[in-house]
Amino acid sequence: MQAPAKRPRFLHLLKIAMPVTAVASFAHRISGALLIAATPFLIYALEVSLRDPAGYASVRETLLDGPWRVAVVILAWALAHHLLAGLRFLAQDLGIGFSLRPARLSAWGVNLAGLALLAFAAWRVWA
Amino acid sequence: MSWRAQGLRAWLLQRVTAVYLAAFTIAAAVWAVTSGPMEFAEWRAFMGRPAVAIAVLLFFAALLGHAWVGARDIVIDYLRPAALRLLVLALLALALLAMALWVGAVLFSVVSL
Repeated sequence: MQAPAKRPRFLHLLKIAMPVTAVASFAHRISGALLIAATPFLIYALEVSLRDPAGYASVRETLLDGPWRVAVVILAWALAHHLLAGLRFLAQDLGIGFSLRPARLSAWGVNLAGLALLAFAAWRVWA
Repeated sequence: MSWRAQGLRAWLLQRVTAVYLAAFTIAAAVWAVTSGPMEFAEWRAFMGRPAVAIAVLLFFAALLGHAWVGARDIVIDYLRPAALRLLVLALLALALLAMALWVGAVLFSVVSL
């Protein structure tokens, strides 16, 4: 492996002014990591929900009534953002919306739609 | 396959799985909203239909392949020491394979052939 080039680097994440496209991209990565972390719990919930009526009821209750609701709402955001930002990347792979203006607009759209779905999930779970 | 083509293969796997995952997720969301709450027996019978079980199994296969490419990218970006990187990637592969077998067993136990 080649040694990395000696060049000045400034990667203080809290001090860099991130463009909206970078926020969409970074959130895509964070939401992906969250979804991977959630997968074993999802499989476990699927298993218990299919075991017997009591298990089914306990999964419904845990996901919709218990303290796990917080995780459910965060994962709803992660899923929504990951899906929408992923579709945006797929469109860009096809050359759609790749120039700066539409890329910025679609990044705003994806970020805000993710937050809107977060609010919707919170409302559905708590209201 | 050459070293560069392996990168291309991972990139392509990420995109192909993404298309299936997106289509499945949107279809599942529409189905969940339109079908409303279910009883246990209904839920189990639904998941036991071979077409549904196979679609769900394919979903998890795509999910775990997609997760492998994405998590590998993250590990390669943030973990520099080679030994640590190898260890984390090995554990990740093991965890993903274990999840694949687990969800396969769960679906196999409910499918009505």
